Parts: sequence; C-alpha cells; structure tokens
Amino acid sequence: MSLRAAVVDRADALACDLDLNHVKEWLAEVPGRKAAGYLPVYAPRELIAAVGMLPVGVHGGGDRLEIIKGDACYQSYICHLPRSVVELLLAGRLDCLSAVLFPSTCDVIRNLSGIWKLQKPGTYVRYLDLPQVLDPSIGVPFWTMEMEHVLGELAELAGCEDPKGGLRQAIADYNAVRERLQVLYAHRRDRPWDIPTAELYLLMRALESLPAQTWMDLSADYLSAIEQEPGRPRDNCRVVLTGAFCEQPPLGLLKTIERAGCYIVDDDLLQGNRMLQGPVSTDGDPVQALAEAFIYTSVKNSVIYEDDPDGKRNLMKTRVEAARADGIVFAAPSFCDPALLDRPMLRAGAEAAGIPCIAFKYAENTGQFQPFREQAGTFSDSIKLWGAG
Amino acid sequence: MSQLEMKKDQSMVLQKQMIASHFERLEQAPETKEPVVYTFVPGNLTELIRSFGCLPVLPEINALQSGMRGKSRAYIREAERHGHSEDVCTYVKCDVGMMKSGNIGPTGTRLPKPDLLLLSYTGCYTFMKWFELLREEYDCPTVFLHVPYQGDGVLEPQHRAYVIKQLKEKLIPMLEQISGKEFDEEALAQRLAWSSQAEDDLVAVLEAAKNSPSPIDSYFGGVYYVGPIFSAFRGTAEGAEYYKLLRAEVEARVAAGQGPETPSGRLDEQRFRLVVEGPPNWTHFREFWKMFSDEGACVVASTYTKVGGTYERGFRHDPKDPLGTLADYCGGCYTNLNLPDRVQMLCDYVTEYAADGFLINSVKSCNSFSAGQLVILQEVEKRTGIPGGFIETDLVDPRYFSPANIKNRLESYFQMLAARKAVA
Ligand code: SF4
Ligand code: SF4
Repeated sequence: MSLRAAVVDRADALACDLDLNHVKEWLAEVPGRKAAGYLPVYAPRELIAAVGMLPVGVHGGGDRLEIIKGDACYQSYICHLPRSVVELLLAGRLDCLSAVLFPSTCDVIRNLSGIWKLQKPGTYVRYLDLPQVLDPSIGVPFWTMEMEHVLGELAELAGCEDPKGGLRQAIADYNAVRERLQVLYAHRRDRPWDIPTAELYLLMRALESLPAQTWMDLSADYLSAIEQEPGRPRDNCRVVLTGAFCEQPPLGLLKTIERAGCYIVDDDLLQGNRMLQGPVSTDGDPVQALAEAFIYTSVKNSVIYEDDPDGKRNLMKTRVEAARADGIVFAAPSFCDPALLDRPMLRAGAEAAGIPCIAFKYAENTGQFQPFREQAGTFSDSIKLWGAG
Repeated sequence: MSQLEMKKDQSMVLQKQMIASHFERLEQAPETKEPVVYTFVPGNLTELIRSFGCLPVLPEINALQSGMRGKSRAYIREAERHGHSEDVCTYVKCDVGMMKSGNIGPTGTRLPKPDLLLLSYTGCYTFMKWFELLREEYDCPTVFLHVPYQGDGVLEPQHRAYVIKQLKEKLIPMLEQISGKEFDEEALAQRLAWSSQAEDDLVAVLEAAKNSPSPIDSYFGGVYYVGPIFSAFRGTAEGAEYYKLLRAEVEARVAAGQGPETPSGRLDEQRFRLVVEGPPNWTHFREFWKMFSDEGACVVASTYTKVGGTYERGFRHDPKDPLGTLADYCGGCYTNLNLPDRVQMLCDYVTEYAADGFLINSVKSCNSFSAGQLVILQEVEKRTGIPGGFIETDLVDPRYFSPANIKNRLESYFQMLAARKAVA
C-alpha cells in the first residue's frame, strides 16, 4: 500500500469510527484519562487539551448511521446533524465523553445542549457563547472570562492542577497544527490535483479526535506522500465551496464535485480547525491570548455577527480572489439557518462582482449524487466555455 | 357579524386605537424627526429607547400582523424571488418582502426607515441574520447587544455585568447620538415604574386562568393581552392604563364566573384546560382558535406569551436599578431559557393551572422554538403523566397550514383527553 493510501485509510477509519473506539483506546492507555467533546463550528479545543483531556469533535453519523431514535426527537424540518448526534448519544456511543462543549453556532446546537443535559445528567455540559461583539474592549474581556470559567471547571473535572501551564503548551501544539493546515490548504490551492479535497477533508477529520502531536505525524506523512506521488493536472475549473461549515457533506459529494470538473480550492469544511487564522501568542496570560486571537484573527463565518456593513457583500469576492477561483459552489445543509440566511447576501455580493455561482442543499446522509454531478459538470463546462465573469 | 368575528372587549378597542396611533406617529416620523429604532420583541428595551424620545418598530409584530391581514403570502414569495430559502424563518422573509414592496406596514401606513437597528440578541440566532439583511437596505448604524444565553438555567452574574457594560458603553452613547439627547436616568426610572405597574396587572390577568372557568384564553386571547407590553407600550403611561383596564375586565369575568370571548362565542363551559407551547399560526388565526373553542378547549397557560418577559416568575422592571433590571429582563425572556428550564416551566403550568393536557404547536420555520420540542413533549409527559399533543403549522406562511390535517389531529387529541377524563 502506498504511503498516501495508508494515511488516507487511517484517517477514513477514524472518521468511520462511530463508537469512538480509538478514543476509548487512548483513554485506556493511561488510567484516569478523560475525553471531552465539542460540537461544530468552533470551540477552543486548547482548553480541553490544557487539562490533559482529549478533544473530540462531535459530528453526527454522516451517511453511515441508521436514524431511529433521532427522528423521534426532531421534526422533518430540522437539519440532519442533531438527529444523528442524538442517535449516537442515546445508543451510548458517546458515553466516553466526560464533558461536552456546545458553541453558539445556532439555535439547534444550543437546544441540543439542553437535550444532552436531560439525557446524560452526569456529563459536564457547557454552552459556550462565542463573543459576537468583536470590538476588543467588549469582546476580549468577555471571551477571556468565559474561557476562564470553562478552563476552571474542566480542570476540576480532570483533576488538573496547572491548567494555565497546560494551556500554554496546548496553544503551542495547536499553533503548529494551524501552521500545518495553512501549508496543506496553500498546497491544495496551488496544486489541487495533488490534494483531492476528499483526502484533505479526511485528514482534517482525523484532527477532530487525535491528539495534536499524533495528527502532526499523520499530516507529515501525508505531505511526504504527495511529494512522492504528485497528481496530474486536469482541465478543471476552480471553485470555492461555502456553506458547509457545520453539518458535513458526505464524502461522495465532495468527490462528485471534483470529478465533475470543479477543483475545490477553498472551503469552509470543518471550519473550526481553521477558525483562528494566525498563531496565538505564547506570551502573557494564555487565556487572554486565546481570546485576543479570536477577536483579532477569526475567520469570517456565518455564525459570527458581521460588524462591517459591507462585509457580507465583499466576503466572497475576497475569498475567490485569494483562492484564484473561477466560481462559487454554495452548498448548505437543508434547513441550516446560518448558511441559508447568509446565502442571499453572499450570493448578491458575488454576482455583483461577476462571479459565477451555483447553489444546492444536501444532508450528511445524502446518497444520490447524480443531480450534483450534473449541476457541477454544467457549471464547470460553462466556466470553461465562457470564462469567469 | 361573520362566523369568525368576536365580541370585542373595551380593552381590545383601546389596544387597536393605541396601535393605530403609534403607526401614524411612525409614518410622520420623517417630518417630526422622532428617531426610529428597529428592535426585537424578546429583549426589547422599550423604556430605554423611549427615554431618548425614540420610537420603536418591532419587525416580528409587523410580520405577524401581515400574516393576520393576509399579506404574508405575497411578501414571502417576494423574498424567495430574491433568493431567500424556503427553509428559513418566515418572519424574516415576510419582513424582507414587505420592505421590498414599499415598506407599507400592517395598518396601511408607510413605515419610516430606521435611524438605528438595535440588535438585541436574546435567544434567537435568526435575529442576527435578520438585521444583517435589513442593514443591506438601510444606511444606518447597528448596535449588537449580546445577551448571553442561560445555558445553565440562570443569568450568571458575570453575564449580567457584561450586558450592563454594553448598555453603558455602546447602546446609550449611540442613542444619545441619534437622538441628540443626553441619557436621563430619572426619565428611564419613571418609565420602568410604569412597566412594573403594567407587569403586575398582566400577571394578575394571566394568573386569573387558575380559576375555573378560566376568564381568559391564555394563548389565542393571550397574544392580544401581551400585545402592548411586547411592543411599543411597555414603559408608557398609556400601556399602564391599558393593563389596568384589562385587569378590571378579567376580574369582572372571574366574579361573574364567565369564560373568555372566543370565535365560538363566550366559553363558559370549558371541557378541557390546556397548556400550549410554541408560537401560534397567524395566517389562519381565528380558524385555528375555533378548532379549540368549538371543542370547549381553553388554553390556561402558554409559553409564547412569555417571549417578551417571564413576569409570572417574579421578575419586574426595577426603577431602582435601571440598567441592571434591563439586563435581567433580557436574560430572562422565554427564548433565552435553556431546554430543561422550558420543560420545567411547562410542568409547573400543568400543575399550577390544573391542566388536562398540553399541546405543542411546532412551527416549521422557527428553530429557536422547534428544535427539541419533541424531547420537551416526551419529558413533560414523563414528569406530569399527562399526554401531550403535537401539531405542526407555520407562523406566517399559509402554505404550511393544513386545516383538515390539524383539525383531525386536534379532534383525536381531544377525544383521548375526554376518554381519560371519563375514566378519572
Ligand atoms: S447544520 Fe446549520 S442549522 Fe444544523 S446544527 Fe449546524 S449550523 Fe445549526
Ligand atoms: S426563528 Fe423563531 S424566534 Fe427567531 S425570529 Fe423567527 S420566529 Fe422569531
């Protein structure tokens, strides 16, 4: 087996491990270890790692889970993610998580925090109100205070005596991760034929439940593999994929878009991994440093209030230019408020800038890709024929 | 009188006049130069806004009125033509459609442009997007007032301080700027005193439903009762007067052993006492109500009437702590309560109001209310031993109101309740 295939297989196995067996193995290695989950989109996982717990992204069951109990908890007009999370929860498949953080992504995630409290009263559940006011004089003290609170409670749960020291280390570890992600994303932007998005996605997904250092090794192997086995360029157009920051599309959908002739050169898949765009300062108080990093460097996202009146209008143009893309694929989960309420603003700005766009909706368990193939194929052909703008 | 029209109480007539004159004042605002602040019902800071001589506009109230007046279908279609998804909150689409159709408000008068968008972020994610969308159309400042969610069931002290800080450092300076007036804490305190008076009377009205027969319907009638306090009239002398009058009417009904007026006539014979969770449907409001009143079902408590404040839990605006009380108010609106607290509130209502059943009206487009309602249903059933009913409608999109289907479900539910009562 090639190195690339070995890395991708390992990442795929982690993504498919709905019983979190790999987490349980990690827990069993050292008695007393604990793991803490977090829901999409962004939770400061450094806080979890700081107290010696393993941060584990909770992303539902994708297209590999039959939903029975989850459907009894959610009406048909709610997105798919919470029903598959509840399915896993009620089946006891997430019982190895001693704590779960629910960031203020949307009202569905918010209400899910209450369901978790009701269903698993023994678990530490914390709703995390991300700072929506990015004015530093308001946002930094607020976010510092919130994270101090959570760090203190997690430290107590984990029996950690020096959470701030742990946080300094965790920040350094995740700074390295952020840098590596930038390398991977820049490589895919420049040579998308080397890094198919489905592979990059799996690698990112592995980051959602591996310790930072283990992931660094895995991603280093992947980088070596693409050096050894570069891909061959194809006559594809280049697109930005946006709207898929929370409920994740099935892998088949990502492959379909690329096979239909659209290289994905920028995306917001698993965006929490790349929420902070620069390194977090390792000087001074680490909680404040993490708070400042959020206020000053967080990526523009549908779940955070946009303060700049022109922000929504300009965002897609900026992203398209940075990725040297030809067009945009708006791909949002059905019934996803943040993505779908943002879409008219983002699309109007993109179209005003002459950027070709297509839009569709999916669910994490979508199984039929033919309509997407046709739509993406036609889009790619039209861009190649008429050019972007 | 058509079948669905009802006899009107004096308070209803008064409310209609108050609303009409408010909209007239709004229409004249560009000439009178009264600054206009758009804001939301949960977490509305009417006393503060009015203490600067500004006029509030509540987009949700406009949307629901448009729904009641048969205008929402066209507005929603207009918004969808502009790329808005069929999956999202129909209040937003109704409002956007209204704006794109000339911004003629529900009473037929033109709504002025806002001088300020006050994004009071109190328990609904959609609020954020709603005002981002409106801001695309209006060249005016926006203030984001971030009210932390009560994830652990309380407004934590540090969160309260955070809200006060934003009021002081962001909102008040902005109101000073758009109004040209200085912050006057005494004027605010006077308004808070009017609020507190009105809140006392409102609580007396809502709690009158503990009587049998209940003198009010706390859902369909309740939405009228909370109208003034949820919209422009909290913290005004006329608002306080309205609630005094309403309370007197309700107390007179209690004394006479009378039920409320409903589309089926006065409901003295009440076969079922219900607790209801979720917003009502506005496009078929009377028809919907009649499905209950025809069966002799009276709603004795509802959560929707608490989205603009949970006064029956003891909260009153406190003139002695003007900014602190506004923070407490914002934190405690029903939309800002966590799911276990919502469950507990429903269970308390079932017990305190001696309900025979509880019903959830799940609206398709509102994740804030709807996501988790099936779990609420299961949990309340488990704790109270009372069977819950579940129906699905929408707020203002008439396409999602299926009368035959809803009637069927309600009839089966009432039959089940009747059978239980017969056995008991
Ligand atoms: S997919 Fe969208 S609506 Fe669903 S939980 Fe995620 S952000 Fe919320
Ligand atoms: S989502 Fe629900 S609470 Fe939010 S604005 Fe719409 S109807 Fe109101």
